[in-house]
Amino acid sequence: MQVSAVRYSDVLVVAVKGRIDYMNAEEFKAALLPHLVNCAAGRDQIVLDLSRLEYVSSAGLRVLMIAAKEVRPRKGRLVAVSLQPVVREIFEISRFTLVFDVFDSVQDALRALSPKAAAMTHTG
Amino acid sequence: MRVRFWGTRGSLPVSLTAEDIKVKIVEALLAAAGRNLKTRAEAEAFVARDLSFAISHTYGGNSSCVELDLGTDEYVLCDLGTGVRPFGLDVLARKGPRTPCTFHVFMSHLHWDHIMGFPFFPHAYIAGNRIVIYGCHAGIEETFRKQHAAPCFPVDFSRLSAKIEFVKLEAGRRVRHAGLDVTPKLQQHSGDSYGYRFERGGKVVVYSTDSEHMPDDAASTDEVVRFFRDADLVIFDAMYSLADTVSVKEDWGHSSNVVGVELCQHARVKHLCLYHHEPVHDDAKIASVLRETLRLEEITRSGHALRISSAYDGLEITV
Ligand SMILES: [Zn+2]
Ligand SMILES: [Zn+2]
Repeated sequence: MQVSAVRYSDVLVVAVKGRIDYMNAEEFKAALLPHLVNCAAGRDQIVLDLSRLEYVSSAGLRVLMIAAKEVRPRKGRLVAVSLQPVVREIFEISRFTLVFDVFDSVQDALRALSPKAAAMTHTG
Repeated sequence: MRVRFWGTRGSLPVSLTAEDIKVKIVEALLAAAGRNLKTRAEAEAFVARDLSFAISHTYGGNSSCVELDLGTDEYVLCDLGTGVRPFGLDVLARKGPRTPCTFHVFMSHLHWDHIMGFPFFPHAYIAGNRIVIYGCHAGIEETFRKQHAAPCFPVDFSRLSAKIEFVKLEAGRRVRHAGLDVTPKLQQHSGDSYGYRFERGGKVVVYSTDSEHMPDDAASTDEVVRFFRDADLVIFDAMYSLADTVSVKEDWGHSSNVVGVELCQHARVKHLCLYHHEPVHDDAKIASVLRETLRLEEITRSGHALRISSAYDGLEITV
């Protein structure tokens, strides 16, 4: 499991790679939460790029919920994008699609979150 | 061992409404359109073959009560929800009122939905019967007495004619009762609940209801996996969706189908039975949760195939 981040203007795109289950959920939480410290209204917005996430168990989903709860009082936005088919089905079966904002692609999320960041990725 | 489900609904007994029945009949008639069903046998074969469970049956609405039929003269039950009433009536019909019977009951906890059937258990009123109630909570007897006390119920506990005994068990301590090796396990639930691992003749059945799991807590997950390890059947509280259990219904003390599948996969359980159904869910909803759970098992399977059922009042599983 690896977590890495790239900035587009006020949006931090955090890519998650590998598999997350109860054995490494704590490690995932420790890797993810530092990226959220500036997530708040008028500051950073977070896009989780899950295109290289192969599997996520309930433990990983709970970490995502902890992250969402952390930024909510600060009115920060945290969204997930580019779910692989298996991960998308896990999101749907667990009803995570009802409690977590999911977009098809990074571009879609940027357009919704920050026109400034969307423009940056367009110009290359 | 044969496991018989008498009550499978969580929190509160429910029943089908007039509208629910009408919808089932309309769906069945539509499915039968153009079929030439002339005899009862043809109609029954059509119902069995061509109608989905949610149309032709119902999951039922009695609250928690499961029988472990060991093929002996004594009866073993888990919990005394309203399912114990039809259980008692069935025993009466088969044995008559004058055959003295012994019942061993293992209590997960004392929430109302798990004890409310007891005042309607006919054998409690008949002298000669023996009812042994096992549990880990302090004050079990007091709780049963209170439930029978005025103004809640007209017949006081002291007037019950059966011989009623209470046996205190300890979490983590394996003991032999009623022809079974029984190990209780403390579970996370308001006021605590206990799961039971029952072993007999190399077969293992785990009854684990009203239990919340913290999916990202590796130590407690390992404990549960050990408790479920290699079980032939795990009866599992799958009342809510995973998203509910980690958001609005966090700390409500229940679990989900998703966590049930994961724990049973880790523990290499043979058969997972979804239990303690949300009372708000209708038959179609419970059936769709089962379909999704089967799909989840399929897409996350690695080597070990897990069989999955959804409990209904009347279901029997042989292990
Ligand atoms: Zn309950
Ligand atoms: Zn309860």
